[in-house]
Amino acid sequence: MFELLGKTRIDFIGKRYYAFLFSGLMIVLGLISLFSISMGKANLGIDFAGGTAVQLKFEHPVKIEDARVILEKNDLKEAELQEFSEGNKLLIRIKKQTTIQEKIAEKVVSIFTKELPDNHFVIDSSEEIGPTIGQKLQKDATLAVGIAMLGIIIYIAFRFEFRFGVAAAIATFHDVLAVLGIFYLLHREINLLIVTALLTLAGYSLTDTVVVFDRIRENLRLRSRETLEQVINNGINQVLSRTIVVSLTVFLVLLALFFFGGEVIHDFSFALLMGVVIGTYSSIFVASPILVVWKGSKGKLLRRMA
Amino acid sequence: MKKGIKGRIILISLTILSSIVFFLPSTRFYSLFPSWWGNIFPNKGINLGLDLQGGIHLVLEVEQDEAVSNNLDQMMAGIKDSANEKKIEVSSVKKVAMSDILIEYPRKEAKETLTKVINDQFPFLISKESKDNALLLTLSNDEASRIKENAVSQSMETIRNRIDQFGVAEPLIQRQGTNQILIQLPGIKNPQQALSLIKTTALLEFKLVDDENSFSRELPNSLKLDQEEKFKSEFGPRIPEGDEILFEKIVDKDSQAVTKRPFLIKKRTLLTGDKLSDARMSFDEYNKPYVSVVFDRTGSKQFETITAENVRKRLAIILDGTVYSAPVIQDRILGGRAQISGGFTPEEATSLAIVLRAGALPAPVKTIQNVTVGPSLGRDSIEMGFRAAKWGTLLVVVFMIFYYRLAGLIADFALVLNVILLIGALAALNATLTLPGIAGIILTIGMSVDSNVLIFERIREELRLGKPVRGAIDSGYDKAFLTIIDSHVTTLITALVLFIFGTGPIKGFAVSLSLGVTINLFTSLVGTKVIFDMITMRKKIETLSI
Repeated sequence: MFELLGKTRIDFIGKRYYAFLFSGLMIVLGLISLFSISMGKANLGIDFAGGTAVQLKFEHPVKIEDARVILEKNDLKEAELQEFSEGNKLLIRIKKQTTIQEKIAEKVVSIFTKELPDNHFVIDSSEEIGPTIGQKLQKDATLAVGIAMLGIIIYIAFRFEFRFGVAAAIATFHDVLAVLGIFYLLHREINLLIVTALLTLAGYSLTDTVVVFDRIRENLRLRSRETLEQVINNGINQVLSRTIVVSLTVFLVLLALFFFGGEVIHDFSFALLMGVVIGTYSSIFVASPILVVWKGSKGKLLRRMA
Repeated sequence: MKKGIKGRIILISLTILSSIVFFLPSTRFYSLFPSWWGNIFPNKGINLGLDLQGGIHLVLEVEQDEAVSNNLDQMMAGIKDSANEKKIEVSSVKKVAMSDILIEYPRKEAKETLTKVINDQFPFLISKESKDNALLLTLSNDEASRIKENAVSQSMETIRNRIDQFGVAEPLIQRQGTNQILIQLPGIKNPQQALSLIKTTALLEFKLVDDENSFSRELPNSLKLDQEEKFKSEFGPRIPEGDEILFEKIVDKDSQAVTKRPFLIKKRTLLTGDKLSDARMSFDEYNKPYVSVVFDRTGSKQFETITAENVRKRLAIILDGTVYSAPVIQDRILGGRAQISGGFTPEEATSLAIVLRAGALPAPVKTIQNVTVGPSLGRDSIEMGFRAAKWGTLLVVVFMIFYYRLAGLIADFALVLNVILLIGALAALNATLTLPGIAGIILTIGMSVDSNVLIFERIREELRLGKPVRGAIDSGYDKAFLTIIDSHVTTLITALVLFIFGTGPIKGFAVSLSLGVTINLFTSLVGTKVIFDMITMRKKIETLSI
């Protein structure tokens, strides 16, 4: 039998205050970014903010500084540029156009045709989104996250106890906020794909939490003489190798996606990578300790231990 | 013998087989299959999303208010004509608000006849106010909403016609909300041409050039674009009553510089494009492309009268407010044929012919979302998606064998089974594969070993407690069962929400993720168990490689 870890006896619950401190910081960061997003100050993608994005694939490399000069010379100062190492690709983003009728995409194309006549390019993609659609998508995305959270709490509360449901939901919220915060801090673009990643990681983090909770519940039913802290610690330790093995396999495929998946889903896979790490951490250090901290009065399983 | 093992093997084989049958049409080899195959077995497979094969995703908003306004303009012209016929003197007919028309007339007596004419011919114009010398009419709400509704459905019809003639394999044209039209054109090679084809209003008008007015001789021959403002302030106030200035766009062959040539044109429209029966692109003797149009019967008659009455005058051919050509009428033209030449490229002439054949849009449309993916990015995306899938699978497969040895190999079998069934299921549903969809499949590969890891860890625990191999396996599966169900349902909830709220590529992600999670339940609980049962069935096994 090959094992990464033998039988562990780590006191996770005892370290809960360090974890709470760290998680508190992440949540605050997440809330700040959430606030900034609602104020429109974060780096919102054009699917949320409205605007134009054109990706060009050149025959020869184009220096990003040169491209910026070219665009500034042609009255497109507000353009954001991003280059991709593979295939001489250049992404040009211009946000918040009042109307799509301005044909910014065509303008960008004609500027580069004129200014770089010897460097042929093809249009990889072009995207123009009106501000009204952007706002609708923002609303939809918020609604989607809300409904997903609600559904999860209801299911967990139904399968376990209300308190488990809330603890799992808090841990999941924590993960979503933390990854959002990291994205905000790194000034990465927040777009529709990132929201998808956030929802996916919410699902993943929950799966992780549920597995730990299942074991804790099972142990609680054994009516041992241990304290609640011990029971929960045992539960976490018993599923620890599973937690690590699964997180590792998911991490491995995401790593492949991150490195080989191409620029379109680069940020998407980055968000999921962050999510796996934080989701694994939170099921151990956030969700489970909440059960100790918040005993409440209702619920058969936990009261028995008090 | 273990209970039902044969049944389970047959079940697994059948699912694999049907997956392959469903997936076949999506492969390159499908063209080698005999035609009877498609009649018996599924002949449609996975569709590639716009992001994987390139194409256009457009959301257009029909400017319904414009349609109402256009309709009102037509009614105003109609009122004038009817008044003329009945010899009623009318001093002015003008629009005073969004849907209000004010008619003024010098004589009081005209009121009664006018009211009767309007009641008869324009029943949806309701009298709002009437004075001795003026009538204020407003468009009824019912009629206004009918016009708005019509504008959207007619726009859809027109756009569909244009796209059909353009020849896109599987276009999607759908109404969205009250005034939006969603258009998806997969696999298109020339997005720019398609876009202009869809969005051209294509209002073709024939009007006379007013050369008799001395003012027209003062107009400059060509105008640089930056002189336009100056031109407007200089000449604008002097335009004679009943005339307007329209421009012809001239592109210099060598320098590509654009200039504009102003024409003084009589406002009255003599003939419009809705009287056309055909339009085609042809080449003239200098090999320059032009569009030849053929009028229908009434159109031909009207064209004949117009040309007969206006010999030696210039007839301007105007599309969407731009003059294309203004040939001098040499003689009465019989047979209802006309030519539109105007320095087109062959592509432009082809598009113009298409939009003229398919008719004009009843109202202008505004693009509110336009996502275009070039075919080369699509190809790159597929390639990179598959590369990521290959490496992801390899890493997980190797890791599982390294960590769980023989049991890891069994989990890998489940993983491969999972991928086969997932692809089969996607094909069976004719699902659309997107790049995030591929990411969903890859993520499923990572998560698919989860259930098996849960089970294996349980089995290890049981073995440590000293249970015999067979018992450890059985109770490992039993104890992990509910946990597996719980953890899958939670992922399914989020995938479902994504499916409901997501659009396009994200929906693709939600589909492959939720299918993957569901299939995973089957492969891990049935697929691996059957192999464990086969191993332990033959002889009593003392140790298990796990």
